[in-house]
Amino acid sequence: MNKMRRALLKAAGGASTVAAGFAAGILGSLKVFAAGWNESGFDSKAMADALKSIGATASIESKDILIKAPEIAENGAVVPVEVVSRIPNTEFIAILAEKNPFPLIGTFDLMNGAEGFVSTRIKMGQTSLVKAIVRADGKIYSATKEVKVTIGGCGG
Amino acid sequence: MAEPMKIRATLQGDVADVKVLVNHPMETGQRKDPNSGEPIPIHFIQFITATLNGKLVLEGQWSQAISKNPFLGFKLKGAKAGDKIVVSWSDNRRDKSSIETTVAGG
Repeated sequence: MNKMRRALLKAAGGASTVAAGFAAGILGSLKVFAAGWNESGFDSKAMADALKSIGATASIESKDILIKAPEIAENGAVVPVEVVSRIPNTEFIAILAEKNPFPLIGTFDLMNGAEGFVSTRIKMGQTSLVKAIVRADGKIYSATKEVKVTIGGCGG
Repeated sequence: MAEPMKIRATLQGDVADVKVLVNHPMETGQRKDPNSGEPIPIHFIQFITATLNGKLVLEGQWSQAISKNPFLGFKLKGAKAGDKIVVSWSDNRRDKSSIETTVAGG
């Protein structure tokens, strides 16, 4: 499905941007897009199912992945998380929080010069391991970091 | 109507450091309206994409666990001052928005 979307984006032509694609309706009523959203993964309540949905049932732990996140997050509604992958040809990064009601938080396909780096802010319901999954040259790597949460941020 | 976004792209060497802020409630569907007690419907960004001079560089899929008013940072190697970056998102209600900027010299 990813490939299909990518092909559509390419079909939109060099000068067209994604925005133009939207405007022209090439991405359509978002049906193409919506079909590509990893619903089963994002709806998974178990870490194992979430990992399976992104092809990361098994991963190699890597010290070349850095998770920058606070040791203690006072507000679970806004936990800054940065993932830096020093693994060459990093093409995919996913962020998960093991103890969230739905562990899979975000996935990022990177291409055409995008470095192995994403920075965002996530909600965490409680103290949990944050896991980063990296795919590089088709191989799956991972790293984890514990973030202690003082006030959970899923309901608030 | 979708709320505005902010974007900044700064060149550091041959890498553009891109920072994006989106105004979006990112409702989890687990909250209740404090006055009525009614559940607030789930409302969150599902897709966010970025292009550099029209070429796709980042394709993100999000859950409702990305924080309210999402922040996204990414880095683009080989970018040059003046290059055009467009970031677009769409949510589970089919709302969408996009913003563009040009890479500023470091």
